Amino acid sequence: MISLSHICKEYRVATRSEGMKAALKSFFKREYISVEALKDISFDIKRGEIVGYIGPNGAGKSTTVKILCGVLVPTSGNCSVLGLVPWENRLKHVSHIGVVFGQRSQLLWDIPVIDSFSLLKDIYRVDELSYKENLEELSYVFGLEEYLSIPVRQLSLGQRMRCEIAASMLHNPQILFLDEPTIGLDAVSQIAVRNYIRRINKEKDVTVLLTTHDMGDVEALAERVMLIGKGQILYDGSFSSMKSRYDTVNLITIEYDPTMHLKQPEHTALVSNENGRAILSVDTSKTAASSVIGQLSSSLWVKDISVQSRPIEEIIAEIYEEYEI
Amino acid sequence: MKKYLSLLKVRFLNNLQYRAAAIGGLVTQFFWGIMLVYIFRAFYGNSSVSDGMSFQELVTFVWLQQGFLSFIFLYDWDYELLEMITTGGICYELIRPVNLYSVWYVKLLSKRVARGLLCFAPVILLGFLMPEPYTMSLPYDAVALLLFVVTLLLSLLLIVAISMLIFISIFVTLSPVGSISIFATIGEFFAGMTIPIPFMPIWLQKVCMFLPFRYTADLPLRVYSGNIRAGDAVVGIAIQTVWIVGLVILGNLCMKRVTRLSMVQGG
Repeated sequence: MISLSHICKEYRVATRSEGMKAALKSFFKREYISVEALKDISFDIKRGEIVGYIGPNGAGKSTTVKILCGVLVPTSGNCSVLGLVPWENRLKHVSHIGVVFGQRSQLLWDIPVIDSFSLLKDIYRVDELSYKENLEELSYVFGLEEYLSIPVRQLSLGQRMRCEIAASMLHNPQILFLDEPTIGLDAVSQIAVRNYIRRINKEKDVTVLLTTHDMGDVEALAERVMLIGKGQILYDGSFSSMKSRYDTVNLITIEYDPTMHLKQPEHTALVSNENGRAILSVDTSKTAASSVIGQLSSSLWVKDISVQSRPIEEIIAEIYEEYEI
Repeated sequence: MKKYLSLLKVRFLNNLQYRAAAIGGLVTQFFWGIMLVYIFRAFYGNSSVSDGMSFQELVTFVWLQQGFLSFIFLYDWDYELLEMITTGGICYELIRPVNLYSVWYVKLLSKRVARGLLCFAPVILLGFLMPEPYTMSLPYDAVALLLFVVTLLLSLLLIVAISMLIFISIFVTLSPVGSISIFATIGEFFAGMTIPIPFMPIWLQKVCMFLPFRYTADLPLRVYSGNIRAGDAVVGIAIQTVWIVGLVILGNLCMKRVTRLSMVQGG
């Protein structure tokens, strides 16, 4: 379906050092450095997969998506999407894909949403019948009816984003590229968007490549995760195995009789300990949380105890740190 | 073709929304027109005929120029397109199964048409209502009127083709200030928008003939008053057509090149 092999992309960026003199000099002679946005990226995505594409800012996520859409031409490497090379057959290629760039808008700002939709219908040459069907379904799923006739500028971000995704699905694309689709959305809209993505993936067998910083999106949608950093793919596999590989710390909170002395079990670190309430972090690769709880409850009079795994954001931050990205 | 017509329609509707801008433009153009006719009045002094153009013809020239400004004016900032290039919004344009040149051409065209239709009637009407000798005259004859309409419409197509080249150049320079100011100032001058071409020295008039700019403004405005006769107007129409075809082809080629080379700005 999608296959990338050894894709590299270099940008040329004009630089100059600080100060007036350098500014004047650069007026006549520019100095360029080349920045490698992607270094030898390869992956395959099969039909019907939802792949989460994660990585810190500037890692090369958007560049990859833009190459897959045919917007950017890579410096070297091969790429085939639905059997076509995106940047060589741009016009043919783009009629089979849908794209949402969460930070930009494809709807015309000053006119009602429905006008933008009917323009897209003509641009993609969608026939009347399937346009109607799609529009009905999308309106139903996203609850669009009320604001189809409202100018885009008067929609809230959540309403607009639903319209954006609906707009990218009007022509029945086989692949959907979503670049940060839930950015800035409230919880209700976020869940609506996630549900819809799951639904089109199941019902229409649409392949989805999802770029996001929101681990909730990835956790809710993607079975497969690709982690990119400094232009290289660092991890490609299931989300749960990535989580368990790095999720090696549990936090245990206990409340105990403050007159007793807390003896710290092995392979734990004391995060805080005040007035009979202590938080311990447990290295789960060396010992099980249950054995720590056993040790604690045998030596202390424990009033309450709870175990938490760390939030996924922290785990991701640690992975970024580990790879120095 | 249908998709471009549909785009034209939607953009036209979009542009019709800006009523305040249209009224603002209208007022500006009307007063600018008054200022110009007074300046030229002083320039003519007591005589009513100067080289190649009577004062009456000139007044008509000015009112038409102001009324149809959006059809013939090169200096047009389309903030949407500029922003799209400099901030990278262009990627949404590139993921559509459409020819980018045609889409932009249609966008610029629809904007000019919408603005022109909102503005021309009131300005022309006010021109007719002005006191003598500042009043606008009727067309020279029916043929002149017909030729005026044809040359004006071709002017519109030509001016958009020229503006397209300016916008494409922004892909490379990434700053609209330089491209537009330089191009526009030179273009306006050679179009006869600053000083009507008959007032220029002969050698400069010859230069104008070899550039596309005069066919965007000078030609239709002078055809109306009969200052350019029907025979010359027909030749002018042929030249306009050649320029339009040539510049559209050139623009398409340039657009292909820059989009391949370009990188999308802003991540």
